[in-house]
Amino acid sequence: MSVKNKADVVIIGGGVVGLAVAYNLARLGIKDVVLLERAYLGSGATSRCGAGIRQQWGTEMNCALARNSMDIFENMNEMLETKRDIELKQKGYLLLAFSDREMEQFRKNLKVQSKFDIPSREVTPREAKDIVPHLNLEGIVGGAFCPTDGHVNPFLVTEAYANAARRLGVDIYTYTEALDVEVSGDSITGVRTDQGLIKTDRVVNAAGGYSQQIGEMVGLDLPVKSERHEILVTEKVAPLQGPMVMSFSYNIYCQQTPEGPFLMGYGDPEEPESYNINSSWHFLEEMTRKATSLLPPLKHIRVIRQWAGLYNITPDRQPIIAESREVPGFFMAIGFSGHGFMIAPMTGVLLAEMIAGEEPSLEIKLDPERFERGDLILEPSVV
Amino acid sequence: MDPQNTIICRCEDLTLAEVEEVIAEGYTTIEEIKRICRLGMGPCRGSTCLQLIDIILARKKGCGREDIKMPTNRPPLEGIKMGELAGDVGEK
Repeated sequence: MSVKNKADVVIIGGGVVGLAVAYNLARLGIKDVVLLERAYLGSGATSRCGAGIRQQWGTEMNCALARNSMDIFENMNEMLETKRDIELKQKGYLLLAFSDREMEQFRKNLKVQSKFDIPSREVTPREAKDIVPHLNLEGIVGGAFCPTDGHVNPFLVTEAYANAARRLGVDIYTYTEALDVEVSGDSITGVRTDQGLIKTDRVVNAAGGYSQQIGEMVGLDLPVKSERHEILVTEKVAPLQGPMVMSFSYNIYCQQTPEGPFLMGYGDPEEPESYNINSSWHFLEEMTRKATSLLPPLKHIRVIRQWAGLYNITPDRQPIIAESREVPGFFMAIGFSGHGFMIAPMTGVLLAEMIAGEEPSLEIKLDPERFERGDLILEPSVV
Repeated sequence: MDPQNTIICRCEDLTLAEVEEVIAEGYTTIEEIKRICRLGMGPCRGSTCLQLIDIILARKKGCGREDIKMPTNRPPLEGIKMGELAGDVGEK
């Protein structure tokens, strides 16, 4: 199979972000949109993620992106005319505080969230136990709860965007790898793939954990790094837990998906920067210790599978959604720092508007120059 | 053999007809098929369905079974209770 020899826009990366950008570009009337994916769609971080969708963030940008993305998830089946239901479950996210300092941070976050009409609230330990009755309250001083947070199926959201994009004429090439981005002077002239050259003057970097490698192709040293995060799934059990339970002190998240299995992850603070996506025994021990301590009935449930994926992390743990200043025509939707899936819908809208030269539906300032200026607002709520 | 009544994946209750429909939609690798319809993602970890799906795909593609790539085999090898992994030896 050979690729088209020219395009208006070439998107590198067939995860949920790249596909959301592709769909929105086509929706805005951009013709000849090409998307390149070196394996199958969603084969990178998208299919490996924890499938949670959360609006309880600590920075305005993350709150705005998450809140608006939730609106889109709520209407996605109709909007994208999906073949399969995307399995949206809104049973909330319960965040637990183990110290007064942590609780103070939650209160600050709740103030930011209220500006964006995110229906989150503070809860006492007792209220937390009402929400999740099998919770071990030992050490818990309080928490925060947002009832409209929840879960969607990443595989089926990926499929939904891909099918909708194809219907609008986007050419999606799987098992096709971008080998280099050709630049002449300071403008982009094309993308060289293992199936041929595509002439274009606009490229979208949506390569997730490998976004820095795409940056190198145009001579940019992007301020992102990749890091393995591990996750496991259990056998299916009867409905036990409605909300996602999350703790930044334990550095874990744990939810029961609509089909019945529990899905949980732990962020190892010692994890080095790498492209390693192998599973470790260490993770199984740490994860199960923490989860069974916090949610004791889980000890009777069997783990059936573990895997890992890459976070692509920026210094302030907010994404970069911008056009490069050094290389005009090089657009980036990268550095999602572990929460790309849940803010992909709004990211797709905003980056497509930026590329199409349309008025943005939301004011965002997520350029990479913020790291040089040093005006960072660190997102405090990442596992 | 009625495809509607032939179970391919027992854990996920998937029939041959359902699997064939997913393949007809263009999902032709096991990695993609399992993500769309959960084939092989149950507690038996694909011990039956992975022995069948490669034959089904090989027939559709007109190739040999050995040409169908198996999905990544993920640990642990069999289900283990979280309590045992956490070190609760002896507790039921």
